[in-house]
Amino acid sequence: MTQVVKAPAAVPPAADPPGRVRLSWSNRLLARPDVGALVAAVVILIFFLVVAPAFRSPASFSLVLYQSSVIGIVAVGVGLLMIGGEFDLSAGVTVATAGLTAAMFSYQLGLNLWVGALVSLVLCLGVGFLNGYLVVRTGIPSFLITLGTFFVLQGANLGITKLVTGSVSSDNINQMDGYDSLHAIFASSFKVGSVTIQVTVLWWLFLVGLATWILQRSRIGNWIFAVGGNEASARAVGVPVKKVKIGLFMGVSFLAWFVGMHTLFNFNTLQAGGGVGNEFIYIIAAVVGGTLLTGGFGNALGVAVGAFIFGMTSLCIVYAGWDPNWFKAFLGVMLLLAVLMNLYIKKLSTTRKVG
Amino acid sequence: MTSRRFQRAFKVSVAAAVVALSLAACSGGGAPKNDTADSGGNAKPTSFTMQMITHETPGDTFWDKIRAGAEAAARDDGVKLQYSSDPDASKQATLIQSAVDSKVDAIATTLVTPDALAGAVKAATAANIPVVGFNSGIDQYKQLGALMYFGSDENLAGQTAGKRIADAGGKHPLCVIQAAGSVALEARCAGVKKEVPGTENIQVNGADDSAVTSTLQAKLSQDKSIDYIVTLGAPIALDALKAMDAAGSTAKLITFDLNKDAAQQIKNGKIVFSIDQQPYLQGYMAVSSLYLYLTNRNDLGGGKAVLTGPSFVDSTNIDAILPYAEKNTR
Repeated sequence: MTQVVKAPAAVPPAADPPGRVRLSWSNRLLARPDVGALVAAVVILIFFLVVAPAFRSPASFSLVLYQSSVIGIVAVGVGLLMIGGEFDLSAGVTVATAGLTAAMFSYQLGLNLWVGALVSLVLCLGVGFLNGYLVVRTGIPSFLITLGTFFVLQGANLGITKLVTGSVSSDNINQMDGYDSLHAIFASSFKVGSVTIQVTVLWWLFLVGLATWILQRSRIGNWIFAVGGNEASARAVGVPVKKVKIGLFMGVSFLAWFVGMHTLFNFNTLQAGGGVGNEFIYIIAAVVGGTLLTGGFGNALGVAVGAFIFGMTSLCIVYAGWDPNWFKAFLGVMLLLAVLMNLYIKKLSTTRKVG
Repeated sequence: MTSRRFQRAFKVSVAAAVVALSLAACSGGGAPKNDTADSGGNAKPTSFTMQMITHETPGDTFWDKIRAGAEAAARDDGVKLQYSSDPDASKQATLIQSAVDSKVDAIATTLVTPDALAGAVKAATAANIPVVGFNSGIDQYKQLGALMYFGSDENLAGQTAGKRIADAGGKHPLCVIQAAGSVALEARCAGVKKEVPGTENIQVNGADDSAVTSTLQAKLSQDKSIDYIVTLGAPIALDALKAMDAAGSTAKLITFDLNKDAAQQIKNGKIVFSIDQQPYLQGYMAVSSLYLYLTNRNDLGGGKAVLTGPSFVDSTNIDAILPYAEKNTR
């Protein structure tokens, strides 16, 4: 008995059990969801460094990082949700809802902005919970449920703002109590040498790290992959599918709240029609970053790279000084190329199975 | 004793409520109390129903003012005003058609896409419903059969702005377009370019403040020769200020339209001037002129469009205008 147990322990841990196909180092690397996006990002980066002289400065790079971070923060949550097999079309509008709620609640009642921020947080988590609850309870595709919330919030943003403020934008809140501390948390910036770095960039990196840890190192991460890969089997092996999904929706709405706070404390007033259209940008960032539209595959770093590609492309078209009328067309071509490269590299890694 | 004290307290609170109501009347542009006074005074007929149709993009403060003006006029004249809007041309045409079908007494509509709206406007005039155009369609309103027009000539507004820039020595203005494919916005920038040939256009996503700011910041650091920034909406002007700060740009900022914060920035000297087309006036005049047409067959403008702009707001007149901007009527 003891001999049998000891025998495998004597085998060096690095070696594989006989019969198991082992991928080469390069193929294992290529099979990662983020590698395609990384290669695409590097190619686009080099391309713009060549054609856009104004991009070749640390300040420009910092601005690109900022633009990427305001997309990337919500996109991290959207990416996790998509790995879990669901969609959220209400994320963009929730950002506006969050900011408007905090601003109007504090301003109209004359309360400290922290109170407004917390009320807004509760409301946003409620929206996320409702999205998740309706999806797991009814089995209706999340695309439809969140399309519904998207329209409801879009209308409520306008209607309620108009009712409360008599206009369609929130009042300026930069003279109110709590502004300084909230501004420091959500919208401050600091200097490194001559370069100004926005605090959202740090939050973004932190959140990407946290999401990576959750996905790769925690039990919840396993659950998310399982739920997105095959819901029935996941349930069969005891994964709390409903809780995971509701949690993922709430994660997205939490991050939408976060960016909503950034927008509010950076710009002080908000237009009630804001945020519309950004939901697709978050999804695009996730997909460009190698997240599978059908769920079960992807990682947080990839989503971050996707957001970076988007932020970089949208600003570098300006840095390159190209005709602004063509902006969207350039953007579309860049994104298509990124996705194609992603696909090509994934194919490369799956066709040459054994290295 | 206690009942008298209660009575006094009651009286005080009633007085306070009246004061509050009249204050609310100030800020909202009218409260129920005013209405009863009006109808008691000259007993106006309230049987007219008017329909106002615009191409409003939901959530734009500009349209808010048009609507506020129209509603104020409806209150003053005692007409029932219905409002509908759709940014999509064919849907706006459907809205006009449905107003015709529901036999309203008069129609006020923006004519931003004249060709698409021509059929519906013809249907209205064929049904003997008077139509006035406002805000956009200055060149086409007559051939479509609209009686009058209230609005600004966008190209002229752009030119006047461009002239002021050229006079101040501007060589390379940046014209910021916040919505793709809008005829009115393109016309403003084209007007600026006519006077200052070095004008350059840039497209931004008006629905996302951080995207606007970082795009402008990128542009300002890419091209240091930009000496003027022309924004086409007040909220965009505030984003532009942020971008100029971050990029360390010394360019001067001018903007189209006004809102509370932009007016404040004009007072602070951060925005040089605003080209206002007075949306409140457009809405008010559209409804009032229809009322006068219906009750007195009046015609305003002598067969020509009535211009509500360009009206300049700068350091010389901001003190007079700021209170109205804060009330959302200017």
